[in-house]
Amino acid sequence: MNPIATDFQHRHAAHCESGSATNLLTHHGVKLSEAMAFGLSSALSFAYLPFIKLIGFPLIAYRMPPKFILKGMKKPFQADFRFETFRAPEAGMRRLDELLAQGKVVGLQTSVFWLPYFPEDMRFHFNAHNLLVYGKDGDDYLISDPVTDQPQRCASADLQRARFAKGALAPKGLLYYLEGVGRTEVSPEAVRSAIRKTARIMLGPIPFIGVRGIRMLANKVAKLDTSEHSLNYVGHIVRMQEEIGTGGAGFRFIYAAFLQEAALITGNAKLAVLSDRLNEIGDGWRDFALKAARMIKGREAFEPKKLAGMLSTQAEGESEFFRALKTAVA
Amino acid sequence: MDVNDVPQEGNRTLGVHRKALYAKDADGKMVIVPSRGSEVDETVTMQAVHRLHALAEAARQRVLAGKSAPLEYWMYARRMDVALLSQVSGVWQWRIRRHFNPQRFEQLPPRILARYAEALGMTAAQLKTRP
Repeated sequence: MNPIATDFQHRHAAHCESGSATNLLTHHGVKLSEAMAFGLSSALSFAYLPFIKLIGFPLIAYRMPPKFILKGMKKPFQADFRFETFRAPEAGMRRLDELLAQGKVVGLQTSVFWLPYFPEDMRFHFNAHNLLVYGKDGDDYLISDPVTDQPQRCASADLQRARFAKGALAPKGLLYYLEGVGRTEVSPEAVRSAIRKTARIMLGPIPFIGVRGIRMLANKVAKLDTSEHSLNYVGHIVRMQEEIGTGGAGFRFIYAAFLQEAALITGNAKLAVLSDRLNEIGDGWRDFALKAARMIKGREAFEPKKLAGMLSTQAEGESEFFRALKTAVA
Repeated sequence: MDVNDVPQEGNRTLGVHRKALYAKDADGKMVIVPSRGSEVDETVTMQAVHRLHALAEAARQRVLAGKSAPLEYWMYARRMDVALLSQVSGVWQWRIRRHFNPQRFEQLPPRILARYAEALGMTAAQLKTRP
């Protein structure tokens, strides 16, 4: 049998989780953009976690942890999400086929490394990638991977490997689908409370989260020597910011898009002004990335202090920005 | 970022794919713009890839010189390090390091070998081949 959810529409997105959530909810009749899903779940953040290492370098994230967006969709849309994990890979694949046969679109958490359609140079061991399966054709699953502009195909053996990869954030075959939604439109109150939450997270007291996290990273960069290892460290920061599906500038541009929509929904013009301000802050992050890349390429002398200075400026800019955001929705 | 500033200079690590970036169009509205990638992204991704290649190559030399076991080479070739291989295979890090000893590696029971092979996505026979 070759089941396929015929009316499913694949849409290109910047980020895998907000993209999957949006495409799934849209399939169920909700009017929603990726930026709105991202903002509504208060997914914007900053975290510098030196005690979690990724092949030798600390975890630097510009958003909240995996599954935060999916869970954040529950309340605003009264969305009845079902999550299932499996001990046996065979059971996980059987359940996926069963749901597809019922005509459902199914979300999966997978590793990036074992997905054959990913470009070779982009395949790292990252276990919290999200994609949707909307059908099956022979042994191939039809995949809507939000970060690719076209739908993809993946053989069942490869998909099974990707779903049951082990290690940090192991997906354990996680699949999710929607039983139904209670609301199809975004309410102004949900938008306001999501913005308040983001301001709270960014201005919070924990030293490695939010604005304080950016400052901590700036201090760390200021202390780097000019070795090869330091260059790799700086490259790692930029990779987390630009290369891992962030829509540019570590999600700052997506959030600016969300604030524009939020201004329309709530009728609060201050949010549109703040969207422009965040755009400028995003440009500051891109300047930082550009400067770092020039140093890595050897077009400019490697001066960690200069980069640290730019990060400090970003921290100050964001501190001021999120204070203003907090007052705007108070 | 302005729509016209969205980098399109091409990033070979993206292959045929394009990535979605958010930028401001002529009317001041934020929209999704597909990007062919930028030199900045390519620089940092290739830097990471090269670093892992260099680790694998150094391990390969050690294996050929009889100072390490093929396990170490294949670990880096699969873009892992000892900490990650330990998480994936469930073998303690200090044991993995011990198994880098060529003599010990030769005598590994099939059960342990199978765990490494499974973690690295290859057969036990492949794992034993010299790179």
